[in-house]
Amino acid sequence: MRLRYILRRLANGVLVVLLVVVFNFVILRLAPGDPAMIMAGESGASDEQFIADVRRAYGLDQPMPTQLATYLGNVLQFDLGFSYRQKRPNAELIGERLPATLLLALSAFVLSLTLGVLLGYLAARYRGVVDWLVSVVSLAFYATPIFWIGLMGIIVFSIQLEWLPAFGMRSIMPVRGEFAKIADVLHHLVLPALTLGLFYMAIFARLMRASLLEVRPLDFVATARAKGATIGRVWRRHMLRNAFLPVLTMAGVQAGQIVGGSILVETVFAWPGIGRLAFEAVLQRDYNLLLGIFLVTSTAVVLINLATDVIYVLVDPRARPA
Amino acid sequence: MTAFQRFRTNLAACVGLAILAAMVLLAATAPLIFPTSPWEMVGEPYLRPLEGPYLLGTDMLGRDIAAGIAHGARVSLMLALVATVAATGLGILLGAFAGYCGGAVDEVVMRATEFFQTIPSFLLAVVLVALFSPSILSIVVAIAVVSWPGVARLVRGQFLSLRQAEFVQAALVLGEPTWRIIFRQILPNAIGPVIVTASLMVATAILLESSLSFLGLGDPDLMSWGYMIGASRNLIRDAWWMCTFPGVAIFLTVLSINLVGDGLGDALNPRLTA
Repeated sequence: MRLRYILRRLANGVLVVLLVVVFNFVILRLAPGDPAMIMAGESGASDEQFIADVRRAYGLDQPMPTQLATYLGNVLQFDLGFSYRQKRPNAELIGERLPATLLLALSAFVLSLTLGVLLGYLAARYRGVVDWLVSVVSLAFYATPIFWIGLMGIIVFSIQLEWLPAFGMRSIMPVRGEFAKIADVLHHLVLPALTLGLFYMAIFARLMRASLLEVRPLDFVATARAKGATIGRVWRRHMLRNAFLPVLTMAGVQAGQIVGGSILVETVFAWPGIGRLAFEAVLQRDYNLLLGIFLVTSTAVVLINLATDVIYVLVDPRARPA
Repeated sequence: MTAFQRFRTNLAACVGLAILAAMVLLAATAPLIFPTSPWEMVGEPYLRPLEGPYLLGTDMLGRDIAAGIAHGARVSLMLALVATVAATGLGILLGAFAGYCGGAVDEVVMRATEFFQTIPSFLLAVVLVALFSPSILSIVVAIAVVSWPGVARLVRGQFLSLRQAEFVQAALVLGEPTWRIIFRQILPNAIGPVIVTASLMVATAILLESSLSFLGLGDPDLMSWGYMIGASRNLIRDAWWMCTFPGVAIFLTVLSINLVGDGLGDALNPRLTA
C-alpha cells in the first residue's frame, strides 16, 4: 500500500517535471521575438550568420513536433543549451551554483520549521501574553518583503554592529584550515538564511498554533491525561506529534516557495547560488539560462516533495492513499 | 451579531482598516500632494530625511522619495487589485466547473492546480515577466497565473458540497440551465470564503509585484516601491533612507490588508474563531 502511494507520487513528480519542460518549450515560442535570438541571448543586433547557426544547432528550422522531441531528448541528457553570454553550457553554470543554493535553502527551511514549530507550540500552550507576542511577530514577518528584511539586516548587523558579513559566501582574504573555512561559510550564511527563513517561520508558527488548538479537545488527549501522564508530557509527546503532521504537509508545499524566494535573498546578499544566477540571467536577457534554472529548481522541488511524502508515510502509520 | 458588528469589535482589523484607508487616500491624492512627476529630479541628490524641504529625503538622482512612495502606492495598489480580480475570476470559473461537473474536468483542473502549487511560483512569475518584457499587462498576468490555484481549490470544495444541497436539486428539477445553477444558485452561497481569500491575495500580490520590480522587472514607466528599493540597494552603506522608507510602505500596506482579511474571515465565519 505505502509503496504504491509513493510510486504514485513519483509518477506525479515526473509528470510535473515533464510539464515544466513542455512549458519552457512553448514559452520560448510564444514570447515576442525569434526563439533563436532568445536562445542566443540577443535582442536582434547580432549578425544573420550567427543567428542562422543557432537556429540550426537547436533544430529551429525543423517542424514543431521534431523540435519538441529534440528539446526533450536534450533535457534528458542534462543538456540545457549554451549560454552565449557566459560562453559556457547552461547545465555547467547551474551545476556549479546549485550547492550554494541548496545550502541556503536547506538552512532556511530547517531554521523556519524549527523556530515556527517552537513559537507555535509556546503560543498554543501558554496563550495570554506569549500568544499575543507570537502572533505579532508572525504577522510582522508575514507582511515584510524578504528582500527588505535582508537589507534591514545588513544595516543593523553588518553596517551598525559589524557582526556579520553582508556579501558573498566566503571572505575575500583566504582562510587557512578546513575548520576555519567551514566556519567562514557559516558566518556568511547566518544573515541570508535568517532572512529567507523568517517569512516561512511566520507561516509555520501560525499553522502549528492552530493545529495544536485543534488537537487539544480530542479524546486521545483526555485519555492520556486520565492515564496519569503529566500535562507537560501530554503536550510534548502526545499533542505535539499529532499536531505536527499538517505542518509537515505544509512544509512540503512551501519548499518550492523557499527555493523560489532564494532568488531575492541571493540577489541582496550576492550569494553565489542559482538565484543570483537567475538575476544575472534576467539582467543580461539570457532567457535560455533562466528557463534552465526554472527547470532545475522545479525538479529540485519535486524531489523535496517526494522526500516529504516518504517522511510523512514513515511518521504517520495512518497515511494511506485516499 | 451581524458580520459588520463582529468586524467592528475586532481591534486589530480596525487598525488595519485605518492604515489601509490612509494608504488608499495617499494613493488617490498623490497627484495633488506631489504634482511633479516622481521621476523628476527636484532637489540635490543624497539629501537626508528632513535635511532639505523633503520629508523623506532625496535619492541618488535628487528625486523626492516621499513623492515616489505616494505615486508608488497608486501603482502597487492598482496592479495588486487588478491581478487579484483576474486571479479570483479565473479561480472561480475553473473551480466552479471542476466542482460542479466532476469527472475528467475536475481531474484536469485539480492536476493543473497541483502543478502550479508545486513549481516555484515566484520563479515562474520572473520567467513570464522577463520573456514577455515588463509591462502592466505582463506583471498582472504573471501574478494572476501564480495566484489562481488557491481560489480554484477553495471554490471547487464549496461546489462539491453544495451541489448536493436541496436548493440545487430543486433548481435542477425546475429545469434551470447549468450556467444559471452555477452562477446564480451555488456561487452566491459559496462566495464568503472566496472574498476572504481574495482580500488576503491582494497582500500577496503586492509582495509579488514589489519583488518583481525589485529585480528590475517592473514596468519601466511606473514608479514603484520595489523599484525604489532595488535601485538604491547598492548605496545602503551611505544612504539607508533610500531603501528603508519604501519598504516601510510595503510593510504597512501588506500588514493592514492581512489584518483586514483576517478580520473579514472571523466576521464572516464566527464558528472558526478559536
